[in-house]
Order: sequence, then C-alpha cells, then structure tokens
Amino acid sequence: MTLFDYPFMINALRAGSIVAIVSGAMGWFMVLRRQTFAGHTLSLVGFPGAAGAILIGLSPAFGYFGFCLAAGVIIAMASPPVGSALYSEESAVIGSVQAFSLACGFLFVNLYHGNLNGLTNLLFGSFLGITNGQVLSLLAVALPALVALGLIARPLLFASVDPEVAAAAGVPVRLLAVVFLLLLGVAAAEASQITGSLLVFALLVLPPATAQVITGRPLLGIGLSVLLGLAVTWAGLVMAYYTPYPTGAFITTLSFAAYVAARGIGVLNVRARTDPAPMRETLT
Amino acid sequence: MTGALAVLGWVLPIIGHPFMRNAFLAGTGIAACCGAVGYFVVLRSQVFTGDALSHVAFTGALAALAAGADLRLGLFGATIVVAVGMGLLGRSGRADDVVIGSVFAWMLGLGVLFLSIYTSNSSGANGTAGVSVLFGSILGLSAGAARAAALIGVMILGGVLLIARPLLFASLDEAVAAARGVPVRALGIGFLALVGLAAAETTQAVGALLLLGLLAAPAAAAHRLTTHPFRGLALSTALAIGATWVGLAASYAFPSVPPSFAIIATAVVTFAGASALHGSARRGSLRGSRKAEPSAEVLEEIRG
Repeated sequence: MTLFDYPFMINALRAGSIVAIVSGAMGWFMVLRRQTFAGHTLSLVGFPGAAGAILIGLSPAFGYFGFCLAAGVIIAMASPPVGSALYSEESAVIGSVQAFSLACGFLFVNLYHGNLNGLTNLLFGSFLGITNGQVLSLLAVALPALVALGLIARPLLFASVDPEVAAAAGVPVRLLAVVFLLLLGVAAAEASQITGSLLVFALLVLPPATAQVITGRPLLGIGLSVLLGLAVTWAGLVMAYYTPYPTGAFITTLSFAAYVAARGIGVLNVRARTDPAPMRETLT
Repeated sequence: MTGALAVLGWVLPIIGHPFMRNAFLAGTGIAACCGAVGYFVVLRSQVFTGDALSHVAFTGALAALAAGADLRLGLFGATIVVAVGMGLLGRSGRADDVVIGSVFAWMLGLGVLFLSIYTSNSSGANGTAGVSVLFGSILGLSAGAARAAALIGVMILGGVLLIARPLLFASLDEAVAAARGVPVRALGIGFLALVGLAAAETTQAVGALLLLGLLAAPAAAAHRLTTHPFRGLALSTALAIGATWVGLAASYAFPSVPPSFAIIATAVVTFAGASALHGSARRGSLRGSRKAEPSAEVLEEIRG
C-alpha cells in the first residue's frame, strides 16, 4: 500500500495544500510590510479561541476565526500608520496582547479539565483525522480570502512599498492595512486548524521570506512563495508518514533550509537580493 | 489596625506552605530581573527579540529533556547562544525582524521534534513536562531550585544595573554615545545575553509561552507612567514583582486558576491601567505617540 491509498493522507495533503497556498500569498505581503510580529501574534491568538470554544461546547473552528479576526482588528487599531517602524510601546502592546491571550488559553484548558493531548493538538496541530467536511470548509474560506487579496493586491502593494506616495495618490492606506490584517487573521485561523497555533508562523514567514530573497518582482515572488509552501508541506507530510516524528518539525526544517540556501546564494549574488525598484516599475 | 490584621491573617497561611514559600522566593528573584531587563527591551524596541528568545527557551529545555540532561542546562544554554548569535548577526547588536522570525519559526519546529522524542521515550508520568515548560510550574519548584532561581535572578539584576548607565546612553542616543567612546555594539550584544538569561530564568516561573507578558507589560506600564529612566527602571522592576506576588496570592485563593495566568493577567491589567491614566492625562497624543523622550536634563545626567 502506498500512502495515497489512505484517505487520511489524501485529506491531509488536500488540507495542507489549501493552507500552504493561503499562507504563501498572505505571508508574502506580511513579510513585505515587515509585520512579522503582528503575524506571529495573530497566529497565536487562535489557541485561546479554540480552547474557549471547546470550553463552551462549540467547534474550535469558530474560536479560531473569531479570535484571529478580532485580534487583527485590535492590532490594526493599535498600530501606527504603515511604513513607519513599530514604536517601542506599540510592540509592547502586541507582546502583552499575545502573552495575555496565551495565558487565557491555558486558563480555558485548565477549566475544561481536558486531557493534555487536546492541548498539544491545539498548539502543535494534527494532520491526522481530517474529514472531507473540514477540507471543504477550509476551501470555502480560502477562496473568498484569496479573491479579496487579489482585488486589493495592487493598491496594497503600492501602500506597502511607498505608503506616503500612495496616500498622496488617494490610496486608502489605513483601510487597506485593516483589511490586510483581517485577511492575515483568516490565513492564520485556517492554518491553525491544521498545523496548530505554534507552527502557523513557519508557513507564514519562511516561504515568503525565501521568495523575497530570491526575487523582488511581486507576481513572481508570490508564485514562488506559494510553490515553496506547497513543496515543504507535501515533503513534510510524506516524511512524517514514513518516520515517527511530527510533521511540523519537517516542514519548519525544510523551509528554514530553503531560506538559508537562498540567503547563501543571495550573499554571493548581491543583485538578487530584495530590491524595491522592480516593484515600483510594475506599479508605474 | 484590624484591616492590617485581617490581611496578615490571610497572608500568613499562604507562606506557611513550603511550596508557596518557594514560589514567592523564586518568583521575586525572577520578576526582579525580568522587570529590569524588560525596561530596556521596551526602550530599545526589542520586544520581538524577547518573543523569539522565549520560543528558543522552549526548544532548549525540551532538547535537554530529550537528551536526558537537566532542563536548566538546555534552557540557559540555548537562550544565551541564540541571543548572542542574533546580536552578532544584526547591525549594532540588533537583528532584522524577518531574520528573527525565520530563525524562531524553525526553532519551534525543532522544539516539537524534541517534545515528540521526549514523550515517546519516557513513561506517561513525564507527559506533562512539555506543558510545564510552555506554561510554567512555579508551584512545583523544590527548595533548592527556588533558591537557585532567586540567586540567578539577583545576579541578572546586578548585571543590568552594572551596565544600566552606558546602556541607557547607547539606547537613547546611539550616535552620540558611540562618538563619546561608549562600546555600543558590545553593549548591545551583552544586553541581548542578559535578555537570554532572563528569558531562561522566567521560563521556570510562567513558562516559555507567557514570559513575554512579564517582560513587556510591567516595563511598558513603567514607560507610560514616567519618562525618567532610573525611576522607570525601578518602577518596572517593582511592578513585575508586584504582579508576581498578586498572581501567586490569587492562584492560592482560587485553586482552579493557574499561577502563570494570574501573574500575566495582573501584569497586563496593570499595563492597561497605566495606559488609561496616560491616555486621560495626554488625550490625543496617544496615537502615533513616539517612545517617551526623556528631558534634556535627564540626558545630561546619563552622559555624566
């Protein structure tokens, strides 16, 4: 029997592919906008959401989406205008929100008197036992989110690369920032259900960061980031199938190796590094 | 008088328990170093670095457990090595956000690997080790571990105080400090090593996932309440210790509330309160408010 004969592996590959595509596309903009800390916090707040939902008897999916979207709004409100570096106090706000929400998640798990396996699944995810229904619901959320990203992609790119000029040209920079954080929240909530809250960030940051080291061209970069995400997810799933070790460890290690390799080649060929110039060319 | 007696009558039974005495002893030392280090972490906008180090702490601790070594060995070893590494890679001892994010995303993956190795090799009794590394186990400290934690905490605090003046100068006015011969880069790396130590130390109390709250929230509250650096440093330390004491007492009063949650919740509520005070005092200036700029006299005082 090959691994494709098992329905659970097929579903794992399907769900992993959806998550990799969404994370690759959203993550590319996250890395471009230097919102890694916000993205990390968004991916972590799914944990208390899911734990809270389980505590009051709901499906964890509600908790993931509810908390990730709410956190996206809060961070968007607390953040300074895009483009300026995070001031120390705002990053302290994000850090405090993150620690507090994780603490709440731990409290919910304690109040639920749940078993510790449930806790590790929420944190580190489980590729096993994904149902057809779950794959469909992932797809149902992923498609509108990707369409929405496609619709705002051009102004968002403009606002991310050069916020001041974009604002002067009448692009609603602040509104775009809020919408983008909401979409990032959707991506985080999707991925959390498969990879667990702690490992979402790996799919959100590593393939896009690698793509941006390799090319500065937006479309090529997003495509590359999605492809890298798919490749490491598939490879990670297959490796986890044949070994007793967890999928997350393989996915993060493979994507980090790709990042280090890209950086190594980038050091040799300085011109290959991220350069905003081609982005400006595509925009004007 | 009766009020004071009532408080005493409530507090005495708490410290009558050996595990609570140990928790208070360790918690005080840990919170003291966390508050002092956190003040500079917030001042230097290195909260994300602290976030990364907290995840490194998780991986280090589990690597030590998987290898069958003392948990603290991996905890302190991993955080110090990664902290110094980040300092060496970054310009002037500060690393790029995307680089930090990439490294710690991978670190977490490794942590998961070590967790699975450890839980598959050991019997069910040790299955909770991963959870106590992630969320802390301050009530489970032995007397020896508590004394060691308190001692290390005081030593880290001493280290921070030792470099406090030049570090303040370098953080507030890097160019001028460098021109005056302050070793800015070495200070940055040395400070990151202290952050690593504090992260490892704090993991023992509130766990790797929650230590960012104790690092950032009291410090951010202190930054909101005063712009004077040395007063802020003292206030941040005091608030962190206060949050730890209140949290420990609260978890004693309500046994279903884990102490790490109570400590972080107290610290974050303090920060929210300080923000509200600050906001009503200077309404309108909150949005886009820059980091607190100390007055010219204070800068003079630091330069000496």
